Amino acid sequence: MKYLEIEYITVIAGFILLIVGLWGIISQKNIIKMIISFSIIDTSIHLLLVAIGYIRNRTAPIIDGAVNKSDAVEQITDPVPQAMVLTAIVIGVGITALLLTYALKLFRQNRSLEINQYNSLKW
Amino acid sequence: MIQTILIILISVIMLVMAFVAIYHKNLQVAVIASGIISLFASVVYIFLAAPDVAITEASIGSVLTVAIFFYVLNKIRHEDLKK
Amino acid sequence: MKILKNSLLLVVIGYMTWMMFNLYKDYDSRTALNDTASYYAEIGPDETGAANLVTAVVVTYRGLDTLGEVTILFLTAAIIGLLLRTEKGSRLVPHRASSEFLVTAAKVLIPMITLIGVYIFINGHLTPGGGFQGGAVLASTFILLLISISNKKIGHRVLEFTEAISGISFVLIGILGIILASGFLDNHILPMGKFGSLLSAGAIPVIYSLIGLKVGAELSTIILELNQIQGKEDEIS
Repeated sequence: MKYLEIEYITVIAGFILLIVGLWGIISQKNIIKMIISFSIIDTSIHLLLVAIGYIRNRTAPIIDGAVNKSDAVEQITDPVPQAMVLTAIVIGVGITALLLTYALKLFRQNRSLEINQYNSLKW
Repeated sequence: MIQTILIILISVIMLVMAFVAIYHKNLQVAVIASGIISLFASVVYIFLAAPDVAITEASIGSVLTVAIFFYVLNKIRHEDLKK
Repeated sequence: MKILKNSLLLVVIGYMTWMMFNLYKDYDSRTALNDTASYYAEIGPDETGAANLVTAVVVTYRGLDTLGEVTILFLTAAIIGLLLRTEKGSRLVPHRASSEFLVTAAKVLIPMITLIGVYIFINGHLTPGGGFQGGAVLASTFILLLISISNKKIGHRVLEFTEAISGISFVLIGILGIILASGFLDNHILPMGKFGSLLSAGAIPVIYSLIGLKVGAELSTIILELNQIQGKEDEIS
């Protein structure tokens, strides 16, 4: 079947992980659970990006024994999504560290990790 | 053929771990479940012919994110016990 | 009220599922490289001299994105240092001492893991690897160091000095590329060597080593800040 190849399965897994992560952010009350769900959404988007750049029966974009310099156009997968995802993973860990620092400062203010206790901006 | 079976198995484990990460009551188990998702995503990147991305995801998503989570959870527990 | 909230939640999630199903229906897997990737595959190895095409894209063709990412990491480390600042006179809460097994194993493992990290970012243009991967491995070494020693304060000076010098040198090499060669972060300012040897690809090993040191120092600074927020600030909150 056409849909049982590796890139189709990975795209479906990426989409389902994205929806599970969104469900986690909307429905959970604990702040740390929201940050964990954000990290799951991050991972799923990176999976989607790399899976789109895959071409069947081709190998990694590095020129060594397996790939010659002259016919590299026929033998490698797309290097541009991989370069974008490399940057995005490092930025993701920076954002998670900042979110956790804000959660720690909020906990010191009100001594609770539930989002229902922080309603000083509600009108 | 065996590649397809392996990828389906890894995707099912990743989905089960995502549900564990959201619905488990113990926060430490939830954090480790998100680390397991990153680790299996790194294996999928090897199948998708992207070794650079696999090294980055394995070392940053599984080690540094989980370590930062555990440091902050320790501070919160420490301050909760003090007062 | 609760039933209204739950049904609204289900409507939102159902709508997103329907959108993603439509995207998945029109997805066809690729059979050939598009124009940009063909250009990078044909002309990339000869123009930049790097065997690893992802390195060539990250450092030279998309160098401005790497500059932006280095800026974002620097801002993250600075903001975490600002928010978790402790007052003067803070002292470390005494922990239980680490076990002897951990201390002995750490003394053996830390030099070896540092060597692997440095190897990864020096050979970034030949094998899979590069600055970001090597920097993450160096930060893991730092975590092992922090776990194995206890009840000692680690100074910030070496990490701050390394991060500052690496960042300034990265921008200076980029500006040298404008003066001596044809653009920002061009790697023709140093001579290209033989394709596939260690001292090839112009300035790419130098640039990637600086990025590796900077990313390692920044992630280590984030870990150090999160470790040392103790002491007198407990009396404020």
